[in-house]
Amino acid sequence: MNDMSLVERRLVQDEIKITARDVQVFYGEKHAIKDVNVDILDKTVTAFIGPSGCGKSTFLRCINRMNDTIDICRVEGRIALDGEDIYDRRVDPVQLRAKVGMVFQKPNPFPKSIYDNVAYGPRIHGLARGRAELDEIVEKSLRGAALWNEVKDRLQEPGTGLSGGQQQRLCIARAVATAPEVLLMDEPCSALDPIATSQVEELIDQLRQEFSVVIVTHSMQQAARVSQKTAFFHLGNLVEYGETDDIFTNPQDPRTESYISGRIG
Amino acid sequence: MPVFWIVLIVLALAAAGYVLGQSRALTQVDGDARKLHSRPGYYGWNVAFSTALPALVLMVIWLFLQPAIIGNSVSSTISDDAIPEGQTRGIVLSEAAQIADKLSSAVSQGVLSRPEMMALRVDDADGMGRLKDAGLAVLTRPPVLGAAQQYLGMQRMGSIWLGILSLALAGTGFAWALMRTKPDFRARNVVERVMRGMLIACSSIAIATTLGIVLSLVFESIHFFRLYQWQHFFFGTEWTPSFGGGSKLGMLPLLWGTLYISVIALLFAVPIGLFAAIYMSEYASPRVRSVVKPAIEILAGIPTIVYGLFALVTVGPMIRDWIASPLGLGNSGSSVMTAGLVMGVMLVPFVSSLSDDIINAVPQSLRDGSLGLGSTRSETIRQVVLPAALPGIVGAVLLAASRAIGETMIVVLGAGAMAQISGNPFEAMTTITVKIVGQLTGDNDFASPETLVAFALGLTLFVLTLGLNIFALYIVRKYREQYE
Repeated sequence: MNDMSLVERRLVQDEIKITARDVQVFYGEKHAIKDVNVDILDKTVTAFIGPSGCGKSTFLRCINRMNDTIDICRVEGRIALDGEDIYDRRVDPVQLRAKVGMVFQKPNPFPKSIYDNVAYGPRIHGLARGRAELDEIVEKSLRGAALWNEVKDRLQEPGTGLSGGQQQRLCIARAVATAPEVLLMDEPCSALDPIATSQVEELIDQLRQEFSVVIVTHSMQQAARVSQKTAFFHLGNLVEYGETDDIFTNPQDPRTESYISGRIG
Repeated sequence: MPVFWIVLIVLALAAAGYVLGQSRALTQVDGDARKLHSRPGYYGWNVAFSTALPALVLMVIWLFLQPAIIGNSVSSTISDDAIPEGQTRGIVLSEAAQIADKLSSAVSQGVLSRPEMMALRVDDADGMGRLKDAGLAVLTRPPVLGAAQQYLGMQRMGSIWLGILSLALAGTGFAWALMRTKPDFRARNVVERVMRGMLIACSSIAIATTLGIVLSLVFESIHFFRLYQWQHFFFGTEWTPSFGGGSKLGMLPLLWGTLYISVIALLFAVPIGLFAAIYMSEYASPRVRSVVKPAIEILAGIPTIVYGLFALVTVGPMIRDWIASPLGLGNSGSSVMTAGLVMGVMLVPFVSSLSDDIINAVPQSLRDGSLGLGSTRSETIRQVVLPAALPGIVGAVLLAASRAIGETMIVVLGAGAMAQISGNPFEAMTTITVKIVGQLTGDNDFASPETLVAFALGLTLFVLTLGLNIFALYIVRKYREQYE
């Protein structure tokens, strides 16, 4: 009970990190996201749930402008990070993505050593001034991703040689090393076994201390376990957004209720 | 009976066997195909194969062996006195074979009947006269004419026996297979075993050919090294063949030319091909790519002799007039630089097309991962995509290198034929391949080292490119395992 009230109090204190207003996304002719309005809080885990093809991943990819790499994709409306419009002409998506890191569905370590995987972002953005500082960032990130103890003796071995769960935690460490403010996770556990999943979920909970985490997931149990806020997407609409507990125990919209009770999906 | 007709009859029999086998299988189960072990078609194929294959195999073997056997037995009937001074048994035999050709065409044109032809004598004025009138004049000595007639007689016997035996074999196979056609006969397994055998035979032909080529190179090279010391061949720095004797056959100048030209070609082709590949796979829109890629690949379809012409009339003079002469580096129209550059153009599509495929095979998730960390497109390409594709790209470059080493026409027309070791890229030089052609053109005496050296050079080249290819394959294979 005590923990719960603590969390709630912190939520109230937290400031808004990302604001989305009237966001529309088109893939060619297809209207994939319709009128999405959402405020995502800092130092909170926000879960996007919904059936396949509902647009939750598409919306997630709008937040760090990964949709820019798809030619036929068009985004309208306003998405602001700390009050600044990220689709403004003055914003370089490359710089934006350093602030808004991303972890993908399938673990995608680079074919480099474990060390170089984690050091990739810091090197590109010049976050370390020397070898020692870089070592420090790598260690801190790997510790942050709960991977350090497993790999500290084989940092020079290829990252592709790790197990699936380790690879995904390596990818999280890689994202964390770039010192982002927001961490986007696109179904980070869908390719993992239950043990690796629970390790990553535990990790997500710790990451909340430092970042605003947005996670897309197919598993409602996962959303209930890791998130404080939950948004339910259906057919490109944001149907309902609120405290995770409320969404799962007392949904306002009949579509949300149908989905979480397994009638649509 | 001509072989053509025998083949046709066997095939017709096989076709009939297909139909009969199938219908026999079906009638045995009253038309209910499900009661058969295999589908009806397999019973048909079984009969067709049993009919045609043994007969056709017999024919192929027979036709391979017949000339040698007939040659041997004709040769044994020619007495040693019948061979004139200064000629060999082989020359007499080939003369007999030529006369046999004329005689058989005389028979087929109706100039002589077959019995008349077999009875023909050198002093038979009427017969010889008729041959002469038909434009098939035969001037020869009695023993050779006799040999020719014997030759024809044996050929005729041979083809008659071939016809009888192969038709008998086809008939036996036909009857045997039809008898075996019963509902529980495992026809599919038999047919599939035969098909697998045929597939194996086809792939063995490729391997056997390679082995044959290598062996012929090796044997001729051994001949060469009996006549010429290997140290002088491998480490000699002078290439001055002269058929009169006293030639120096050091391969180092040729090896130097080969490597020099190949290196220039690769220095040109690798960066250009690689950057073209990067543009096509990473930057070009699908529409542009669908035009540019085939356009570059057209370069690979140009015959190398055409590249050679381009080198001879355009690039060569241009390099001489604009670069070499003004810099005082030489005034030769053909130069290492010319051949190297033109060969480089030829290699661009090899490098670009292969590298493009390899870069495309790098998973999109790696690019996303890198972009998602805030790196730019070019950082992503340099630090993630290219390292991931590197082994494959190295493989592509090595394949291009082995093409460059084996190239001939561009070098003949672009770099000239002067064997020398020099560092100046504006001088004429030559390569191993050009000298192989040079040593084998014209009248050859396959007992002199000047001719046989071509085989030793060929073997060297073969080992060189084989090594490169194996290395390339090894690297490409290693690369393939990376994303599994």
